[in-house]
Amino acid sequence: MISRRDFLQVGMAAAAMVGGSGFGNWARLAAQQRLSQDDLLQFDTFGNVSLIHVTDIHAQMKPIYFREPSVNLGVGSNKGAVPHLTGADFRKFYGIADGSPSHYALSSGDFAALAQGYGRVGGLDRVATVINAIRADRPDALLLDGGDTWHGSYTCYHSQGQDMVNVMNALRPDAMTFHWEFTLGSDRVHEILDDLPFAALGQNVFDKEWDEPAEYFPPYTMFERGGTKIAVIGQAFPYMPIANPGWMFPEYSFGLRQENLAAMVEEVRSEGAECVVLLSHNGFDVDKKMASVVPGIDVILSGHTHDALPEPVVVGQTIILPSGSNGKFVTRCDLDIRDGRMMGYRTKLIPIFSDVIAPDPEVAALIDAQRAPHEDALREVIGKTDSTLYRRGNFNGTWDDLICEALLNERDAQIALSPGVRWGPSMIPGQEITREDIWNVTSMTYPNAYRTEFTGEFLHVVLEDVADNIFNPDPFFQQGGDMVRTGGLGYRIDVSKPQGERITDMTLLATGEKIDPAKSYVVAGWASVNEGTEGPPIWDVVESHIRKQGTVSVADNNSVIIEGA
Amino acid sequence: MSLTRRELLAIGASAIAAASAGPAFAAADFIEGFTEGADVGEGGVTITAPEIAENGNTVPIGVEAAGAVAIAVYADGNPVPNVAVFKFGALNPNQSATTRIRLARSQNVVAVAQMADGSYTMAQAAVKVTIGGCGG
Repeated sequence: MISRRDFLQVGMAAAAMVGGSGFGNWARLAAQQRLSQDDLLQFDTFGNVSLIHVTDIHAQMKPIYFREPSVNLGVGSNKGAVPHLTGADFRKFYGIADGSPSHYALSSGDFAALAQGYGRVGGLDRVATVINAIRADRPDALLLDGGDTWHGSYTCYHSQGQDMVNVMNALRPDAMTFHWEFTLGSDRVHEILDDLPFAALGQNVFDKEWDEPAEYFPPYTMFERGGTKIAVIGQAFPYMPIANPGWMFPEYSFGLRQENLAAMVEEVRSEGAECVVLLSHNGFDVDKKMASVVPGIDVILSGHTHDALPEPVVVGQTIILPSGSNGKFVTRCDLDIRDGRMMGYRTKLIPIFSDVIAPDPEVAALIDAQRAPHEDALREVIGKTDSTLYRRGNFNGTWDDLICEALLNERDAQIALSPGVRWGPSMIPGQEITREDIWNVTSMTYPNAYRTEFTGEFLHVVLEDVADNIFNPDPFFQQGGDMVRTGGLGYRIDVSKPQGERITDMTLLATGEKIDPAKSYVVAGWASVNEGTEGPPIWDVVESHIRKQGTVSVADNNSVIIEGA
Repeated sequence: MSLTRRELLAIGASAIAAASAGPAFAAADFIEGFTEGADVGEGGVTITAPEIAENGNTVPIGVEAAGAVAIAVYADGNPVPNVAVFKFGALNPNQSATTRIRLARSQNVVAVAQMADGSYTMAQAAVKVTIGGCGG
């Protein structure tokens, strides 16, 4: 029997490429029970080009806790494939020892206990240290930001993204693509772009009226590095006006636009690019399919679905590198580009253990300066948690359970709906919950907590619609994100069924009665994409609820029964 | 390295299965009217359409069939499925057209091309119309 690692080697040989990753170190380090900055950064510089990838930072400038999901189902041809392996299955697949740093960084299981030992992750001052170290090895390394950068915190909201723009500019990126940035509104985005000292890329960002490439978002930039020409093509989040409020950026149309992408690949190749990099906010499974239908891409730096994998996934001649979220990881990817093609690669997903990697003093001071006007508000303690609070998971997470409970109580509703977003750091038992913590999981520009009535039939339509955005077997119909979270409502889902047949047994948890399609129910929710949604901002709803509770404790949630996985 | 748009679409194409038994196309009667009952082949027609419509009320689509004298477009899940027939004369430099159509729900957009030799060929593309969700 051929092992997975052997198989990867075979795959690389067939592609006439040599590959490697810094991953092998981890098990050894775990055995020795030590971890140093040098170990984390150790890398034998390879080839002639280095790429540095950060993505989906969601405005997390300071170190945080972040628990990876324990439920992340793959469907269709991606069933059982990475990144749809979690916990012990993930560790077994990559040969990660239980309790090791890689266990804590990359997979769920024993999260609270390991968090006590290994501490917080991320922090853009630590990210700066890693980037500086890579640039010390390779001064002309390209720093590429996959987007979801100017969104997701109290300070980001109050400065309309300016805090993140200031700090990221200090890291000197070479190019960026976009998703949540557009929810700042297109006027604000244009204002930032007018002064942005690097390329804002999006081959799939089009003028809506004329269906032409949008002026603000060139499709690609060419870089001359290491004696070769590298084209970086941007791919913004394809489903912007569907998953987020289109009225906030009415000039723009998005979409996968794989035909245009193929044309851009041919264009940059004809202009002499020896290496083509796609800086993508497609999501991992979409990128896998994209690599299979658009030839000529060497590297896809993959964002959106917040997956973190210690080795690249190879599709044909393309390597795909997903680099996690919330500032938890930096990917280094060294390439050997010769004779018009990629001859080999060496990659490393570097976890940002904040207690191990020293903060860069200049960036640390810059971060503090962004936070200074807001420190009192940020630090105000609202309550305390007895439970691990986390978001990631296909159907629920304890943070969202708490938010749904807040909606039910504060808005006097029978059923609560909370969006299946994947951003938002975690908290461990015993932590005090500050206002900043609440904003980290709720901050957005359309936060109104509505209260309305839905019929049982419409609730079913909503759940089926969202489920198909996640579990459609064709990745090109998947928008990323997770299932809408429900409070006060239980259901059964068969993820293998087609749209309209997945959701059954919808139950009003308060009474145990089945949801009646003809009956109306009082529903509270937030993050509606509809213009003019009314209600208090969700952070006020959650803050009020936590204040009343004092110490929160979130019980196990068994209200969603999963089948067909 | 080089891949035509048509090949690309062929690889990426997918169709939404008909919800119930019966004719393969809800628009079958209209298609039969257009082709006057002739056999319809596949290939040679390209449909460019979004996988997921940003707004079901105005979905940009494009059709192209080199050598066609006419291309008929059907929205297979609309109450009235026959959308348009584009006719091309000898002086048309290419046989392509773009327009925006309204789609009542997730469905297949079907294009049938009448070729100069009187034969017919078709293609279809699935377009999803969704009420919207929440991105990562």
